[in-house]
Amino acid sequence: PPPSPPFPLLQIHPPSSSSPLPACFLPAPTTPAARSRELPPPPPRPRRALARAPRDPKLDTVEKIVEDFASDMALNPFSSGTRLRDMIRAIRACKTAAEERAVVRRECAAIRAAISGDGQDLRHRNMAKLMFIHMLGYPTHFGQMECLKLIAAAGYPEKRIGYLGLMLLLDERQEVLMLVTNSLKQDLNHSNQFIVGLALCALGNICSAEMARDLAPEVERLMRSRDANTKKKAALCSVRIVRKVPDLAENFMGLAASLLKEKHHGVLISAVQLCTELCKASKDALEYLRKNCIEGLVRILRDVSNSSYAPEYDVAGISDPFLHIRVLKLMRMLGQGDADCSDYMNDILAQVATKTESNKNAGNAILYECVETIMGIEATSGLRVLAINILGRFLSNRDNNIRYVALNILMRAITVDAQAVQRHRVTILECVKDADASIRKRALDLVYLLVNDTNVKPLTKELVDYLQVADPDFKEDLTAKICSIAEKFSQEKLWYLDQMFKVLSLAGNHVKDDVWHALIVVISNASELQGYSVRSLYTALQAYSEQGSLLRVAVWCIGEYGEMLVNNVGMLEAEGPITVTESDAVDAVELGLNRYSPDVTTRSMCLVALLKLSSRFPSMSERIKQIVSQNKENMVLELQQRSIEFGSIIQRHQSIRSSLLERMPVLDEAAYLVKRASATQATIPAYKPAAVTPGGLKLPNGVAKPAAAPLVDLLDLSSDDAPVTSAASATTAPSDFLQDLLGIGGTNLSTAGAPSSASTDILMDLLSMGSSPSQNGLPSPGLSSPALGKSNSNRNNDLIFCFCSHY
Amino acid sequence: WILFQVHCHLIFLFFSASSQINFVLLISRQGKVRLTKWYSPYTQKERTKVIRELSGLILTRGPKLCNFVEWRGYKVVYRRYASLYFCMCIDADDNELEVLEIIHHFVEILDRYFGSVCELDLIFNFHKAYYVLDEILISGELQESSKKNVARLIAAQDSLVEAAKEEAGSISNIIAQATK
Repeated sequence: PPPSPPFPLLQIHPPSSSSPLPACFLPAPTTPAARSRELPPPPPRPRRALARAPRDPKLDTVEKIVEDFASDMALNPFSSGTRLRDMIRAIRACKTAAEERAVVRRECAAIRAAISGDGQDLRHRNMAKLMFIHMLGYPTHFGQMECLKLIAAAGYPEKRIGYLGLMLLLDERQEVLMLVTNSLKQDLNHSNQFIVGLALCALGNICSAEMARDLAPEVERLMRSRDANTKKKAALCSVRIVRKVPDLAENFMGLAASLLKEKHHGVLISAVQLCTELCKASKDALEYLRKNCIEGLVRILRDVSNSSYAPEYDVAGISDPFLHIRVLKLMRMLGQGDADCSDYMNDILAQVATKTESNKNAGNAILYECVETIMGIEATSGLRVLAINILGRFLSNRDNNIRYVALNILMRAITVDAQAVQRHRVTILECVKDADASIRKRALDLVYLLVNDTNVKPLTKELVDYLQVADPDFKEDLTAKICSIAEKFSQEKLWYLDQMFKVLSLAGNHVKDDVWHALIVVISNASELQGYSVRSLYTALQAYSEQGSLLRVAVWCIGEYGEMLVNNVGMLEAEGPITVTESDAVDAVELGLNRYSPDVTTRSMCLVALLKLSSRFPSMSERIKQIVSQNKENMVLELQQRSIEFGSIIQRHQSIRSSLLERMPVLDEAAYLVKRASATQATIPAYKPAAVTPGGLKLPNGVAKPAAAPLVDLLDLSSDDAPVTSAASATTAPSDFLQDLLGIGGTNLSTAGAPSSASTDILMDLLSMGSSPSQNGLPSPGLSSPALGKSNSNRNNDLIFCFCSHY
Repeated sequence: WILFQVHCHLIFLFFSASSQINFVLLISRQGKVRLTKWYSPYTQKERTKVIRELSGLILTRGPKLCNFVEWRGYKVVYRRYASLYFCMCIDADDNELEVLEIIHHFVEILDRYFGSVCELDLIFNFHKAYYVLDEILISGELQESSKKNVARLIAAQDSLVEAAKEEAGSISNIIAQATK
């Protein structure tokens, strides 16, 4: 592993876009006297690391390390094992994972021996090593009991490392944790405030609900301590206790309120956070704090906002921004839904909103919180104006962080003042095109919330235009959103179709299956737009054949509505005539089949389309037969099968071909939408054997399932023994989709005639014919051809049965 | 007006400030973990997964982008200091700008403690980095906004350890001499 360069973290400002960092903390005092007054002597750097050029790992080989500590042993016979830093160096010097494992194994063995040998010395070092090994990802369970022993030891150093080990190696879900409760209790009662601090810290970080309950009284007591350090830690520990056991909230109410009178900032911050947590945990606590603390809070905020320069708390010229922000947050909770409270805060909020400097991140953080608070409480209109102004400034800030935050505010603001947010639509759209992925995502979410009937068309246009140039990883999100919007506002079918065609052309590969299925359902239902659709899709296909979904939809339409394409049927006013010969149409599908199909589904669809065209364009039959039979030896069973069977239909079954391939019945849109909304699982159940009912095969109509199935649009083979009118759909969707596919077995068609059970999956619909058309009064229900049933030559039935029984 | 109030309550339920940091992560440019602190329950397996996901997400971000990434419904605030990325995971409705300040607060205190801190310091003295962090955050909440106070507290505790070590050292010297 390349050695880490010893660059100081704070000297090189990261080249980030964010606002200039607050001025670095003052350089450490240089005179030895000043140093010793303020700071502990910095821990000595590993001497060996410095002695070598840091970029020369060769010298730090494992062998060299071993040599080193062998000599160490010779010098100091009382030392057992490596020093911590030597172990770390050894591990860093490993070039392979195997080497590292070997070193770790050796160290663990030594540690285990030391632990079980109850060697008193070096427990500190061993625990530190164990923690490092744990950070690398190796299991260290054997060290957990050692943590407990260290915690139970008398001295401060042992406890310190023991508690750290506890927090690192254990988490609240482990039973071992319960064993610490007693030690914790003792330490919470210790006379040394630092030991108390250790216990509070550990408790506050990882206690479980039981421990919280056990030790809550101790923590309460410590909140009354005279020592600020203890008080603040106890307050934060209580935060966790209340989170784990909300019932205890009332115990802490009074204490929390009284802590707000303190002067020490650390205590104040902790107390404010405790109050916030109490408000969330208990309505009573919220009421109590609302009644008793609002004055105090306002005073705290006013004091810190007005305070003069204090280097201890200063961040970029602002005194203790953290305290500002925490108090503002608590104010938001107290003022929500309470007009009196909100009123009382009005002035100080206005002051903070106007006075705070916004050229540095600290100031902006405060303003952000302030705006959130103003929007969250019952604010006056004057305050709201202030908030909107700040929002406007944020939106036009060049700093990416600030703009991101502005988008956040806008998302919240939509529920409060939708108009104001609409006014910023242009800027938001700009953000959708931003270079920063986080901002794009936020903006897109926001746009989606902003769409309404009046602005849907221009908004969609913008999004579709952007789709052309969007990053590939963003295209997925963008496509999904555009399709979602188009479907939601698709009252005008023509507009919806246009948008979908554009999206398919630009990003067809990202369009999800259920989206293009829905599109086909719509086309199927919009008979006046079918000609337009097939022509548009054909044209699009000339330019964008690689877009998988486009290919699929286009090929389906060409197959279904081929004659409309060639004869310019159903031209709309704005359309110009195009010349497409039968041969051209077949070319398009053939190209799709042979060159552009990304998967078996698409190929299958192409084959079916060709079959349909062979019926619509009888003159092309021969050619189509040739194309289809090219796949006779395809290694994919599905394609091979279709190829052979379709070829057979074209060649030898002209009598039934035209009725086989009549126009598909209109897919039931309403039922489709309902089913789609509720369809969830994605399993393809096993095939169940056919149950041939008297009079031919029945095809149930409703289908259980989803798009995962590649088997599409088979021959629409079905026959009803009953006459057309009673060819009603089954009322329940059979769960076996393969059955439906083939029309084998499954439920019988009920004669109830309810169209409700239309498919969840349009593909399934396409396959399982013979239902709704009868209700719609369409001339021939296509494939539920009585002709088939009647003709019923054994050969035909056998053909179908054999065909189907392959599955 | 009532609708508006209802809206506000809905917002309240939805967006109640939790201001909790869920975990802190320090990773190097190469994806090595230098420090992790978990304030929410995550199993070991989950932790490894989280680290891997976030490393992939954050280390690939360009320098001029904003310091926030959305991940699994949470937000992760990160900032790069030389070769280290400091990451803190917060809830979706927390104040990201404040967390940036908390990160900087932490780094400045480390800088003061180690004296121009660099990644090597955090590698070889990781346990001390944890001690510092534990004086800044408890349960994912901020504990102390004064850098001076934090430094003072750490100094006092370090000297306790030094004193104990000296005492132990002197005793073993005596023994060593006696048994020579």
